[in-house]
Amino acid sequence: MKLIYEKSQAGRRASAVPRHDELPRPEVPEELRRSELPRLPEVPEFELVRHFTELSTRNFGVDTGFYPLGSCTMKYNPRINERLAALPGFARLHPLQEEDGAQGALELMWRLQEILAEVTGLDAVSLQPAAGSQGELTGLLLVRAYFAARGEAEQRRKVVIPDTAHGTNPASVTMAGYELTPVRTDARGNIDVDDLRGKVDEHTAALMLTNPSTLGLFDENIEEIERIFNGAGALMYYDGANLNAVCGISRPGDMGFDIVHINLHKTFSQPHGGGGPGGGPVAVRGILEPFLPVPAIVRREEGGFGLDFDRPQTIGKVRGFAGPFGVFVRSYAYIRMWGPRLREMSEAAVLNANYVLARLKGAYDLPFDRLCTHEFVLSAKTLKREHGCTALDVAKRLMDYGFHPPTIYFPLIVPEALMVEPTETEAKETLDAFCDAMLAIAREAAEEPELLKEAPHHRPVRRLDEVRAVKRPVVKYGFGEHPVTKGEAKAVVTEAPQGV
Amino acid sequence: MAAAESYPEELRYHEEHDWARIEGDEALLGITWFAADSLGELVHFEPPEAGSSVTKDQSYGEVESVKAVSDVIAPLSGEVLEVNRQVVDAPETVNEEPYGNGWLVRIRLTDPGEADALLDAGAYRQLLASQ
Repeated sequence: MKLIYEKSQAGRRASAVPRHDELPRPEVPEELRRSELPRLPEVPEFELVRHFTELSTRNFGVDTGFYPLGSCTMKYNPRINERLAALPGFARLHPLQEEDGAQGALELMWRLQEILAEVTGLDAVSLQPAAGSQGELTGLLLVRAYFAARGEAEQRRKVVIPDTAHGTNPASVTMAGYELTPVRTDARGNIDVDDLRGKVDEHTAALMLTNPSTLGLFDENIEEIERIFNGAGALMYYDGANLNAVCGISRPGDMGFDIVHINLHKTFSQPHGGGGPGGGPVAVRGILEPFLPVPAIVRREEGGFGLDFDRPQTIGKVRGFAGPFGVFVRSYAYIRMWGPRLREMSEAAVLNANYVLARLKGAYDLPFDRLCTHEFVLSAKTLKREHGCTALDVAKRLMDYGFHPPTIYFPLIVPEALMVEPTETEAKETLDAFCDAMLAIAREAAEEPELLKEAPHHRPVRRLDEVRAVKRPVVKYGFGEHPVTKGEAKAVVTEAPQGV
Repeated sequence: MAAAESYPEELRYHEEHDWARIEGDEALLGITWFAADSLGELVHFEPPEAGSSVTKDQSYGEVESVKAVSDVIAPLSGEVLEVNRQVVDAPETVNEEPYGNGWLVRIRLTDPGEADALLDAGAYRQLLASQ
């Protein structure tokens, strides 16, 4: 497909304005005038529309197909969410609107806070953080403020993180000024409690744990872990990345966690495939409430809802205004759609993942052979050893079958990892088609490995040179010097084979 | 071109997939073929500063591929005498020649006795087979 610049013809215009020979020339001072015209593409309007419409058809999203990207919870975003978020009373609200003109929005935020407190089993919520990573940093700043208020800030410098954690965890620890204490995973995929015991003491500020972990496994020793941290006077932080597995089933607060961040865009649906918008509210135990960001959304005793800035011990603001409001509307709509049956959302996510796992575990390696939660991690280790086909090859071949590949090469402790998360929204027929494709690919690896190594064969572009893309990225049009792209498939997109 | 798998007999190995080529009171440090192959083609090497000290079993730099960023663990303690600029400029050198031009740093050993705790090529191969 040509770039819009390559379609450009000098003098073509997307719109015509009336001739203006009779009008006086505008008086723009000489020094403010351009010496050369800007180098913009020149195309008629219909060409412009066709160009971007064609580009949009090259996109792959939850709206076009199955997207089992592990750890990202690519669940379907119901259209009702968009309809509600577009209501003028929500969409046209100004963030500086007076409270009495924004009561509906404030009430929605307050109700969302109440729901999140119930789901996490904690006491107070701040909706302000804009994403999971910012929720993590906010949570750790709360840990710091808490220990500073107790005079233990200098003493407690360490945060414990298992080796299965998302990369954002150690990054947040470092940004918050803490030192990282890594802890190993045992043979069943739990935190290695013996390793942990020797690493938690009076210098420990907190644990950061994703439970279920990035392996899709619920930590079987969570009560023992809670005793270890409680005994050392340290706090426990729950990374809510995998909250989709446990809503209405178990609560982080009941497991002993003091702080939880919730990824609204994952657990409670958003159109989040394009990198946003995100929402990373933080829920905390009562002892940490005084330190939460301002403004707090409160229900006033005299009736109505408002913004409370009077929190003298607050860590301050972590984002502009009250947070990503459109995200709140969509997630609130999604939660209310499930209503008291919210537990079924998580149960369906867990059931779907275990169904897919049961069908695939004979054909791929399963490093931790347990029932999984909402996602699971397979390995292409044997495929690589016996046929030279890697997890990357499997992922690329899946694209030929019309599926978005799962997450690969994460978590890092599993070689040739393939991390699959089907979510609760998919039908059995879709799951079966995906499993059929994965099983067919495992057979192809044995019979015709080149099919995998050279995949994808039926997509608009073939295997991309990712190393070159990192080292010599081309991020703008170079006009005369623009590099000629090689290895692009013919413009005709052939039909992808269906699952067999 | 990525190198073929090998673990030279004259090197000492650390279980975190690092090697040391000890010559007198100095050593060249690098990552093993297994580490380079697991990461895939390297796109970046974040080296320590010349003159800084490295401590056995601790990270002294980072290597990055399209897949992951990984700490580089020091198999021995010492002072950094030289950083391999060829790897900084062309990190793929590590994939091409992990034990030759793909060395990462040259250090002066502060405790040569530490080498006794490292693995020989046979023991390192056994470690890989058990994983």
